[in-house]
Amino acid sequence: MFQNLPLFPAQASGFAGQVDALYFFLIAVSAFFSLLIALLIVVFAIRYRRRSPDEVGAGITGSLQLELLWTIVPLGITMVMFLWGAWVFFTLNRAPRAAMEIYVVGKQWMWKVQHPDGQREINELHVPVGRPVKLLMGTEDVIHSFFIPAFRTKFDVVPGKLTTLWFEATKPGRYHLFCAEYCGTKHSAMIGWVEVMEPAAFQAWLSGGAGEGSLASRGERLFQDLACHTCHMPDSQGRGPVLDGLFGKPVKLQDGRTVVADESYLRESIVNPQGKIVAGYQPLMPTFQGLISEEGVLQLIAYIKTLGPKAAPGPSANEPPPPAKQGTP
Amino acid sequence: MSDAQFVPSPATHAHHPAQAHHFDSLEQQQEASTLGMWVFLVNEIMFFGGLFMAYLVYRTWYPDAFAAGSSHLNIPLGATNTAVLIISSLTMALAVHAAQTSWRRGQIVFIILTIALGTTFLVIKAFEYADKFTHHLVPGPHFQWPDEKLRAPVEIFYSLYFALTGLHALHMVIGIGIMLWLLWMAWRGRFDAEYYSPVEVSGLYWHFVDIVWIFLFPLLYLIGAHVRHV
Amino acid sequence: MHTIATHTRNYINAEYGVMSWLLTRDHKRIALLYLGSVTTFFALGGLFAVAIRLELLTPAGDLVQSETYNKLFTMHGVIMVFFFLIPAIPAVLGNFLVPIMIGAKDLAFPKLNLLSWYIFMIGASFALWAVVNGGVDTGWTFYTPYSSVVSNTQVIAAAVGIFITGFSSILTGLNFIVTIHRMRAPGMTWFRMPLFIWSHYATSLIMVLGTPVIAITVLLVFAERALKLCIFDASCGGDPVLFQHLFWFYSHPAVYIMILPAMGVISELVAAGARKNVFGYSFVAFASLAIAVLGFLVWGHHMFVSSQSVYAGMIFSILSFLVAIPSAVKVFNWTATLYKGSVSWQTPMLYAYGFIGLFAIGGLTGLFLATLGLDVHVHDTYFIVAHFHYVMVGGTIMAYLGGLHYWWPKISGRLYPEGWAKFGALIVFVGFNLTFFPQFIVGYLGMPRRYHAYPEEFQVLNVMSSAGASILGVGYLIPFVYFIWSMRYGPKAGPNPWGAKGLEWTIDSPPITENFVDTPVVTEGAYAYTHERMDVV
Repeated sequence: MFQNLPLFPAQASGFAGQVDALYFFLIAVSAFFSLLIALLIVVFAIRYRRRSPDEVGAGITGSLQLELLWTIVPLGITMVMFLWGAWVFFTLNRAPRAAMEIYVVGKQWMWKVQHPDGQREINELHVPVGRPVKLLMGTEDVIHSFFIPAFRTKFDVVPGKLTTLWFEATKPGRYHLFCAEYCGTKHSAMIGWVEVMEPAAFQAWLSGGAGEGSLASRGERLFQDLACHTCHMPDSQGRGPVLDGLFGKPVKLQDGRTVVADESYLRESIVNPQGKIVAGYQPLMPTFQGLISEEGVLQLIAYIKTLGPKAAPGPSANEPPPPAKQGTP
Repeated sequence: MSDAQFVPSPATHAHHPAQAHHFDSLEQQQEASTLGMWVFLVNEIMFFGGLFMAYLVYRTWYPDAFAAGSSHLNIPLGATNTAVLIISSLTMALAVHAAQTSWRRGQIVFIILTIALGTTFLVIKAFEYADKFTHHLVPGPHFQWPDEKLRAPVEIFYSLYFALTGLHALHMVIGIGIMLWLLWMAWRGRFDAEYYSPVEVSGLYWHFVDIVWIFLFPLLYLIGAHVRHV
Repeated sequence: MHTIATHTRNYINAEYGVMSWLLTRDHKRIALLYLGSVTTFFALGGLFAVAIRLELLTPAGDLVQSETYNKLFTMHGVIMVFFFLIPAIPAVLGNFLVPIMIGAKDLAFPKLNLLSWYIFMIGASFALWAVVNGGVDTGWTFYTPYSSVVSNTQVIAAAVGIFITGFSSILTGLNFIVTIHRMRAPGMTWFRMPLFIWSHYATSLIMVLGTPVIAITVLLVFAERALKLCIFDASCGGDPVLFQHLFWFYSHPAVYIMILPAMGVISELVAAGARKNVFGYSFVAFASLAIAVLGFLVWGHHMFVSSQSVYAGMIFSILSFLVAIPSAVKVFNWTATLYKGSVSWQTPMLYAYGFIGLFAIGGLTGLFLATLGLDVHVHDTYFIVAHFHYVMVGGTIMAYLGGLHYWWPKISGRLYPEGWAKFGALIVFVGFNLTFFPQFIVGYLGMPRRYHAYPEEFQVLNVMSSAGASILGVGYLIPFVYFIWSMRYGPKAGPNPWGAKGLEWTIDSPPITENFVDTPVVTEGAYAYTHERMDVV
């Protein structure tokens, strides 16, 4: 019978335990207060039941002490919940820098996955056990949400944005992958599997079928095809900023702001180049909105990230490394 | 039972003909009308507030596009309309004053003036809209903008422009409708020093619509319009 | 005791004919117009729910097509939220009772009140037109860009319907605010007002401040769809998440539009059911205002995984916990009111007990969703479906039914059959829990909401839910049948069948059109059960 009636999801990621601990704490608090209220109601309703039709209750109007008690105690308990929940949330949102990166695109109604080495899969995601994985996610149409219950995590993919999600799988197996944000007719068919593999098996799988070259190499081809290289030259002679060594570095903008060149920045600069103009350059770049697919954008980003500081140093190579804040959310 | 003694109904003394039966006095009725209009205006502020919020977000995101979009609006016409509306608020206030002083002819004259000024505003606005149509500045499939790089965010600017000014114009149309009704009532001599709250609360509404424009004019026409754009 | 009225004229038999109802300006008659409307919409929304639960009996999507299923849950949500839950208590019980409870002859603007009902019906017609002409499939939340550029269903008609209906809500709120400020009887000070009035006052504030924002938001979706404006569409640089901000800026406070009046009803039921002052009256009163104010500051907790910043998430999280405090204060105060009361076991009290328990669970599971790290997992799963049904169905509908039973003698002048009513209340309670409790479990397991088909391991819990829904459906039919029956065959009710305090129990059942023969003068608080005995008449 319990084969068919699971009461608790599998724990298969580093934070499944943390989230579940939080869950049990809240269940304990809720159960305590629900039962307390229910018990008091039943006891009072029986003990003080009306014994004659014209009876009235005692002339009690209230008690400041009690009001303070049941204001302050719940306040204290909820603040514990807040702090604990915020702490777990930070863990969920801060990917380790060494995380392996996989690119995900949602479209009605499938998940398209590209691994850095070139493997592509649809509605499946193969990841190794025991290694942090960071997903860089976009969407080609409406909002979707990438949800893996066994990992206790999800994040929306939003048109016009690049969002991220990370996890570290802890147990090999096959786990549900769902789209959690309603996205149209076949929303409930936008599901798949996450296959957590032993590292060796994962390596074997990776070397299985990368026919079209790595993600970055496809990005490089796209970079040539779109003639990006005519302006973005490696030696600061071009009309566009140097891209080599750019990723992760702070960039000075025309309006005086400084932003870190993370994936979101790169994405925005491709689809909406006028949004953030680099100091010292003309706003010449046309938008590529609608000219390249969301997958293409992710390939370009993957390519730009591989560009090391070869010929010329980045605009501010002597500045300290940027803070570890990589997650978009 | 002690919580409900009863007082005799004040129906014994004569009522003003405009007093509704469920009010105890004309004064109570007028207070209720005024408070009702204020509450309604608070609601209106939130109504426009949602749009102003969208404007604020996108203006912050796309300052250049918004400046470029602004510079295609006709500042002289916008300024004229601002003046027209401010004067109409004055005539409205005078109409309220005429009602409070039982001056029937004054009520009629000032209400007609208010209607005329409101109509002037709408006519000028219609010319501006027509200009946007001929220059393909109406969002949608026919929207055109010379600078391809700014096209998308400028389209947002014009979307907000039409949403904001369109809703404002709709409020003006409703306001003129109310004025026509007031004119009819004033013509029949319904307003006097004792009973003038319809004129007063309609005036509140009129001033509110005026004030919305006072915000719209700088936000849409003036800010950044001097910035030269490619 | 004051004289029991000898005249038999009352608001129901004051005039005859269809037009005397359609053109009435009597708040009590308008309340009955609303009662008819919202009951119809409840039945319609309920039918959609039945279809949903039937489909979910089996894991495969085999009863209806996925297009149809998506329309079913959308129309269930739209109708239940905008055309039942929001108007139910304020427009029916509130309309009937607000003037009477403060000793007024009517609301401040009777014509506006009738206009609200017409606006409601016009908005509802658009929504019904959308249902008949193919339906809407966006979900009641209308998230862009799906609603504005992708879906090819009747979004425009539904959006127009919601826009128009919003004004009915705004005008009702406006009418209540002005009435409560300006129409109170001599001696009816703010702190002598029944808590029902306080909660309706708080609700009205939200209606007036929040509803215009949803109005402008759906208007923008309409403009983006119909007039091809560009506001939320990412393809021209717009932000779909801005829609969510504007939408939830109203729709979260709207939750309090639905629950605050219910809290007001429960305060009345508990006071009359225990024949006691509501424990901590002023704390309960201010808790209503606190909920109304804080309710405007928590909308972002619907968007913890929608790409808003981590820090925004933290602020919305802590504010969401704060809004839980006044709700907790209310629950504790109601419970404490029973202490040393003269506690009744009649039907309205059974619903009140049900409300307090179920609302407690609904509120406490709300804490799960305010907890950032936990919400990431349960967001958009059946956990949240269970949570808001505990608040909306276990809370609001329980209170609505409780209130309807409590004031039915006043509204109709007849008594309902107590035995059947107790039986019905029990069935509703059991059916409700069987329907929605399993959804907490299946939600934590990870079943996303709005799924037409689902993995097989979730089936047992879904079957439990569907079984519960059929019991719940029967539970709702029982009161429907005996209320209708009692209008003709029920024993005549006296002015005060509960032996309760409150101005509404000092006048005839049903009341005369002017409510009071003479304006009452109030000399004591709302729940002054200070006498040794309380007569039932």
